Amino acid sequence: MIRVVLPAHLRTLARVDGEVTLDVKGEVTQRSVLDALEARYPMLRGTIRDHGTLKRRAFVRFFACEQDLSHESPDVPLPEAVATGAEPFLIVGAMAGG
Amino acid sequence: MSKVRILVGTRKGAFILTSDGTRKQWDVSGPHFAGWEMYHLKGSPVEPNRIYASQTSSWFGQIIQRSDDGGKTWHQPGTPPGEPTTTPDGMPKGESNKFVYDTSPETGKPLTTHQHYDGTQRPWEFKRVWHLEPSLTDQDTVYAGIEDAALFRSTDGGQTWQELSGLRDVKGNLWQPGAGGMCLHTIVQDQSNPQRIYIAISAAGAFRTDDGGKTWRAITRGLKSQYELPDPSAEVGHCVHRIAMHPTRPNVLFMQKHWDVMRSDDAGESWHEISGNLPTDFGFPIDVHAHEPETVYVVPIKSDSEHFPPDGKLRVYRSRTGGNEWEALTNGLPQRDCYVNVLRDAMTVDSLDPCGIYFGTSGGQVYGSANAGDSWTAIVRDLPPVLSVEVQTLP
Repeated sequence: MIRVVLPAHLRTLARVDGEVTLDVKGEVTQRSVLDALEARYPMLRGTIRDHGTLKRRAFVRFFACEQDLSHESPDVPLPEAVATGAEPFLIVGAMAGG
Repeated sequence: MSKVRILVGTRKGAFILTSDGTRKQWDVSGPHFAGWEMYHLKGSPVEPNRIYASQTSSWFGQIIQRSDDGGKTWHQPGTPPGEPTTTPDGMPKGESNKFVYDTSPETGKPLTTHQHYDGTQRPWEFKRVWHLEPSLTDQDTVYAGIEDAALFRSTDGGQTWQELSGLRDVKGNLWQPGAGGMCLHTIVQDQSNPQRIYIAISAAGAFRTDDGGKTWRAITRGLKSQYELPDPSAEVGHCVHRIAMHPTRPNVLFMQKHWDVMRSDDAGESWHEISGNLPTDFGFPIDVHAHEPETVYVVPIKSDSEHFPPDGKLRVYRSRTGGNEWEALTNGLPQRDCYVNVLRDAMTVDSLDPCGIYFGTSGGQVYGSANAGDSWTAIVRDLPPVLSVEVQTLP
């Protein structure tokens, strides 16, 4: 199971508390995790990546294993610890202004 | 006794202010959608308990919310209230948040480009919904004014949205963002002619359709933007801030432009200036008295770079002559050290008699007058910066 941590506003939208756990088929990448997340919580479509281009929204960041993975290709495998569920994949609202 | 319900959108949530027809005591509910920018909320004239709301965030994008009980509860259209929420099948579909420009070959609209600040061409890119305008005749039909400038329509209560892409045919390649973004912010429907709609776009101009949104043309003859456009009388490029109409006189339009207050008596075919004795003719909102079609309200702002009232005095100006002759309305408004702004969607009138008028400020105050502007009181003083104010007059 893949563990995903959402920012507070998206937890409210998705009506979840705490972490989300997802079954991800195939290789565990940003794309496959976000596909699984949006399939389970369709109301999050457009809030993390653009509806059409599927590009990450500018003020959203992806962290895992104390690394900023935001600028990685969406098809690069995520760290093994994320794939095994040892570490969560964090979706974070960027600090932008005060 | 009649009631009024004011829908206030702010930078950090929505608030609903309600009162009976005396408009003296107010109940305040909110914040709804705390922490989100609520650009606009507006109720259906057909079913006042149907309210549409634009919830947006630079971080997480656009959400459309709808209430069917006058703002007590909200849901994303497509998800009936009470639907199970804990299983995948019970989740909202989320399609109500999807605003995708029309690129379909059937309508012959490959995604075109507009001008950017630097003169280069950029493709249209969805940013947010500035304004929601429910249909005058059908509670499930609602128009959305979009940044980057486009008009979308939903005919299923906000579940799905389609662009009326003919608008971009009107020299869309020459439109460019204003300081606040390239936003379509004004949507005015003609109740005597359902096929006719007016819209306005910052730094692009004013436009009209006479066929329900298929084709459009610019209605800018008479507008002059002396220091803003290389050709001051260009067909497109004028920074229109707001257009208002009295429903019984649909051919008479009032416009607050970037600079200049304007009037048209022929459905926008031509415009003439009515700024008259205003202390400054820059501003954002403009509105018309509910029962007096020649009584018009504006809030003069010092300049395009100084977005606050002249001399630190917050004054609404009223013309009872359809323009040119204006009187300052100051009773109850701060007359010293006041440096707030009033945005384009942040003024509204109710339809009681005497007419009530309301506006919200960047300082978080919502002021109301139950006597057509003769005197004012602050209904609330300390909200987040106010983006929009709409009022519903309820039986």
